[in-house]
Amino acid sequence: MNLLLIAWKNLLQRRLASSLTALSIGLGVMLMVLVLVISGAVETAFTQRSIGYDLIVGPKGSDLQLVLSAVYRIQPPIENLPAMYLDELRNDRRVVTAVPLAFGDVTEDGSFPIVGTTDEYFQNEYLPGQKFSFQSGGQRMVKLFDAIIGADVARQNGWNTDDRFSILHGGAEGSKHDEKFTVVAVLAPTGTANDRTVFLNLDGFYAIDGHEKPVEEIEKRLRDFYAADADRLQQALTELDDYRQQLQVEEQTGTPAVAPRAMQEVTAVLVRTRPATPFDAISLSADLQKGFQAMAVNPIRPIQRLMTNVIGNVQKALMVMTGLIILVSGVSIFVSIYNSMSDRRREIAIMRALGAGRHHVFGIILAESALLCTGGAVLGWLTGHGLAVAAAPWLIRRTGLLISPWNISPWEFTLFPALAALGILVGFLPALTAYRTNVADALSQ
Amino acid sequence: MSLLLQHIRKAYRQPEGDLLPVLGIEHFELARGEQAVLLGSSGGGKTTLLNTISGILVPDSGRVIVDGRDIVSMPEVVRDRYRASRIGIVFQTFNLLPAFTALENVLLGMTFSGRAVDHDFAKELLQRVGLGHRLHHRPSRLSVGEQQRVAVARSLANRPVLLLADEPTANIDPANQDLILKLIRETCRDHKVSLLMVTHSMDAAQQFDRIERLHEFNQPELCQTGAVR
Ligand SMILES: Nc1ncnc2c1ncn2[C@@H]1O[C@H](COP(=O)(O)OP(=O)(O)OP(=O)(O)O)[C@@H](O)[C@H]1O
Ligand SMILES: [Mg+2]
Repeated sequence: MNLLLIAWKNLLQRRLASSLTALSIGLGVMLMVLVLVISGAVETAFTQRSIGYDLIVGPKGSDLQLVLSAVYRIQPPIENLPAMYLDELRNDRRVVTAVPLAFGDVTEDGSFPIVGTTDEYFQNEYLPGQKFSFQSGGQRMVKLFDAIIGADVARQNGWNTDDRFSILHGGAEGSKHDEKFTVVAVLAPTGTANDRTVFLNLDGFYAIDGHEKPVEEIEKRLRDFYAADADRLQQALTELDDYRQQLQVEEQTGTPAVAPRAMQEVTAVLVRTRPATPFDAISLSADLQKGFQAMAVNPIRPIQRLMTNVIGNVQKALMVMTGLIILVSGVSIFVSIYNSMSDRRREIAIMRALGAGRHHVFGIILAESALLCTGGAVLGWLTGHGLAVAAAPWLIRRTGLLISPWNISPWEFTLFPALAALGILVGFLPALTAYRTNVADALSQ
Repeated sequence: MSLLLQHIRKAYRQPEGDLLPVLGIEHFELARGEQAVLLGSSGGGKTTLLNTISGILVPDSGRVIVDGRDIVSMPEVVRDRYRASRIGIVFQTFNLLPAFTALENVLLGMTFSGRAVDHDFAKELLQRVGLGHRLHHRPSRLSVGEQQRVAVARSLANRPVLLLADEPTANIDPANQDLILKLIRETCRDHKVSLLMVTHSMDAAQQFDRIERLHEFNQPELCQTGAVR
């Protein structure tokens, strides 16, 4: 029988105390594994090339907010861009594709974000080398109130083609729009925020009653936006004047006014530049930097910044916390073994009488605590990854976060040696007690 | 010769600080395979003597020669391993380790000697003490008498030259006392092991050819002259 086996039998003898202390270590390790798996998933979700475009153009402001809303559909944007600006971008020779996005509203069922866009969006890649495919439906938004929905929306709301739904106004008032939309297609799952998005025909989005802002507000914005471009401003103001007259006519005769381009806005524009000239993206974004009103953002950069600044720190904090939990469990192992030592003086003395050296009994006690720590660690490691496996489908449904439960972070390789070291550390004092046991005294008890 | 004691002095330091002389033995020997019983009044120093012979206690001075080697002068690590391989010990009670079965307790006896563990011999010993059907019972599932028999089997696991037994039958009913005593004596005879047994029972003592009374060869007062460790 080797020392490890002897230690193991001793632990079995105190089954309850042993399993409880191992369990507490296991819980700490399990939490640590979960933190690592989830933060690893968050990291890959946010740092991989997250969109099949080179630039995202939006109103000047926080680049992070622009990316979070345009790519991840997490945050509603504050400002819009004039639709006229989209036309300018489309005319830029460096731009291959410019796809408009307009958002702000959510569905009545499930509160999925609404994005007004054009069919171009579905013809382009959503991730580099990945094209949309459809589970069902006609693949095109032909009519004004046609909608294409993501796979999660379809599953969670139980929607399919020809189903009709309402949307809520995204603002603080949260009122319901009168228009009903019809699902014409369901996207196949992509593992991106598209799965949780409802896409509307951009023209339909403009046509929603209440989406049109007052002419004065639009005018004020255009004056701001084109403050440095007198020609365009003049053109826009002419369109607005014309529209004002149309509105008066509409009021008197009922002849409907047709909103001019100047009245329309988009929230963001997804831009793909010429693939052969990678500097296009940089020069375009530099050009916009010079202007006052719009900016072009590399979709990865702000997210990487967020990762390192915020999420990275949160991850570190969580790691420290789980580390502390493990440490506390280590202390409980120490208490448990140390308390048992006085009951075990005679056992130790008998082993010594059988010829065990001081170093043997020292080693046995040390092995006991190392076994508890590493055993608990193995247990916690397995349940942590097991839980990740079990929670993966739920997580992707709830958050769109695609976790890989068996993705082992480099931290985990240090976990087992670290816990063995912890075991040795907390076992040291009890082991020393065993080492020092006065055999003759202990035998006479 | 299995055992030879020379000029042994052992005194305990009392809690108050003064010394309590316990052992002062000029000469004591036990031939190979010889069986002796040790009698003496309570508190006379019998356990102290056995512990000194086994090397659990170190005398203040003198030599304890077991199987030809003085264990007093050995480094502790060597003495521990020497004890494992040369000396078997049976205590009065609670000899066994509670976490291990009868068989495992015997195997444990073999573990620390540095020699290969011999499963067959362990089973043979347990069969010899009549516990062939109790190999996988833990001590808590064995009667006190059965536990004592496992202890006897374990004490012989390393084929020692000397068996020390400190009142091995004191906690056992009279019928079993005789049985266990016979067992110890017969197994010692079979394996050519010298036996030194402490007892308070005259019935038990009378079965031995050699009866030693501690006070007859122990002069604790000799301690006063010797150096005290
Ligand atoms: N560690 C110790 N420190 C001080 N005195 C001790 C110690 N151990 C034993 N003694 C004393 O030494 C004397 C001899 O004790 P020992 O246990 O050897 O006697 P014994 O002959 O085995 O007695 P019993 O028949 O009751 O078992 C006793 O007076 C005892 O009180
Ligand atoms: Mg005694």
